[in-house]
Amino acid sequence: MEVVDIHASCDHEFIAQVEAESEQKVRLCYQCGNCTAGCPYTFVYDISVSQVMRLLQAGQKERLLSCKSIWLCATCESCTTRCPNEIDVARIMDVLRHMARREGYATEKNVKTFWDTFLGSVEKHGRVFEMGLLATYVAKTGRFWTDMDLGPKILPKGKLSFKPHEIQGKDKVAEIFKRFREMQQ
Amino acid sequence: MTKYAYYPGCSGQGTSQEYDSSTRAVCRALGVNLVDIPDWSCCGSTPAHTVDHLLSSALAARNLALAEDLDAAAVITPCPSCLTNLKVAVHRMGDREFRLQVNKLLDKPVDRTTPVKSVLQVLAEDVGPAAVAEMLPNKPLAGLKLAPYYGCIMNRPPEVMQFDDHENPTAMDKLMAALGAEVLPFPLKVECCGASFGIPRKDIVAKLSGKLLEAAADLGAHAVVTACPLCQMNLDLRQGQASAAMGRKFQLPVFYYTQLIGLALGVPQSELGLSKLCVNPRLALDAMHAAQAEKREREAKNEAGKQQAPQAKAA
Ligand code: SF4
Ligand code: SF4
Repeated sequence: MEVVDIHASCDHEFIAQVEAESEQKVRLCYQCGNCTAGCPYTFVYDISVSQVMRLLQAGQKERLLSCKSIWLCATCESCTTRCPNEIDVARIMDVLRHMARREGYATEKNVKTFWDTFLGSVEKHGRVFEMGLLATYVAKTGRFWTDMDLGPKILPKGKLSFKPHEIQGKDKVAEIFKRFREMQQ
Repeated sequence: MTKYAYYPGCSGQGTSQEYDSSTRAVCRALGVNLVDIPDWSCCGSTPAHTVDHLLSSALAARNLALAEDLDAAAVITPCPSCLTNLKVAVHRMGDREFRLQVNKLLDKPVDRTTPVKSVLQVLAEDVGPAAVAEMLPNKPLAGLKLAPYYGCIMNRPPEVMQFDDHENPTAMDKLMAALGAEVLPFPLKVECCGASFGIPRKDIVAKLSGKLLEAAADLGAHAVVTACPLCQMNLDLRQGQASAAMGRKFQLPVFYYTQLIGLALGVPQSELGLSKLCVNPRLALDAMHAAQAEKREREAKNEAGKQQAPQAKAA
């Protein structure tokens, strides 16, 4: 087991920031493990969700922002629904992701690239352009072989359009992103 | 007639076309009046809330603001992911400060909040299984064994979603049972299928969807029935990958619940889009027809037996 010296390395400011952004009280967690028991992603996590909560109580910023788990959480809401202390754990996972992004961490690069490419598509067209999203993702990651087996299954179904569904208000959607960025500065 | 503001969601124009078209057809047949939100835009889905909650709510709220002009009873959507974003936006905008922030990002501010529901909730509550059963007394789906799969976020967290049971939802079960289908006690109803990790981490989806398919197959299901475009895609399109991950070959059709209601109502094939499914739906429909034929034969035999019995007595 790993030993963390909480006195030496506890970042109180970090705890306060997570509490403020998530509107949750981190200290309420009494480590019952319910969240981990119901989390379908534990098998790919480097830190289980209840341990994320514990490390958060101990103010272990670097450790948390650089973990893989926060990028692999699917926001399935199992932890939030089952926490006996009514902590919105999924929201805390989301907030940790937001902070990791802001501070330049991206431990699961392809996940981040996929999400960014998705939002790029929305910003450009107002709606997601699935085919364009795939093409851009492949170009950015160089992962040409990811889903080669699926092409022959989906293409004949005629569901994937080769042209985006532009909407009239696409500029209005792009404005939302623009104003959001300005607000961040 | 009650009017609903319809939010189709992006996948409805692409990978889940058949969900959108069967939803529209079923609503028409059941007297649910849908009016599309004019010029709707993407709700931001999962990627937006992983970046920021304000951005995510603003992307969803643009559509809520557009829907206000329709003066509808509710904004409704077939997709649980859109549903979550729209509902979370409404929920958080209950806080005045947050609402002001969201409105700062929008051209047309949100001023009143229309309730948001899933199409499933409207069909289950406003139409109801009893009315559906009454329309189709001959139970067209008899003999079809279904594993009902709701996915993780249709009902969770309960304070936000406010619909059905968060551990054991039954809205879809009841609609399917009303049509005569045999609904199996599927224990993984609300487990996650791997969500949107199909592209960046398909190993995760193969494993989680594989578990779901395995449980459904072990129950003896003829098919899985779902209400989520992402779940449908992970279980159907990626069934080969799931089979490889589990070391077991699955052949389970994965229907949208609206396709099955539509089938029972005699909606034309062009709107049902059964041919758009990857795993051939015939596998399940043939099993259903075989079960129905067997039942008819059994009943005919019983009938004949009953008619013979009194004669035997008389003799
Ligand atoms: S379920 Fe809640 S109280 Fe229990 S370990 Fe998880 S966060 Fe802590
Ligand atoms: S929301 Fe994330 S952390 Fe919580 S149970 Fe689901 S995958 Fe695990």
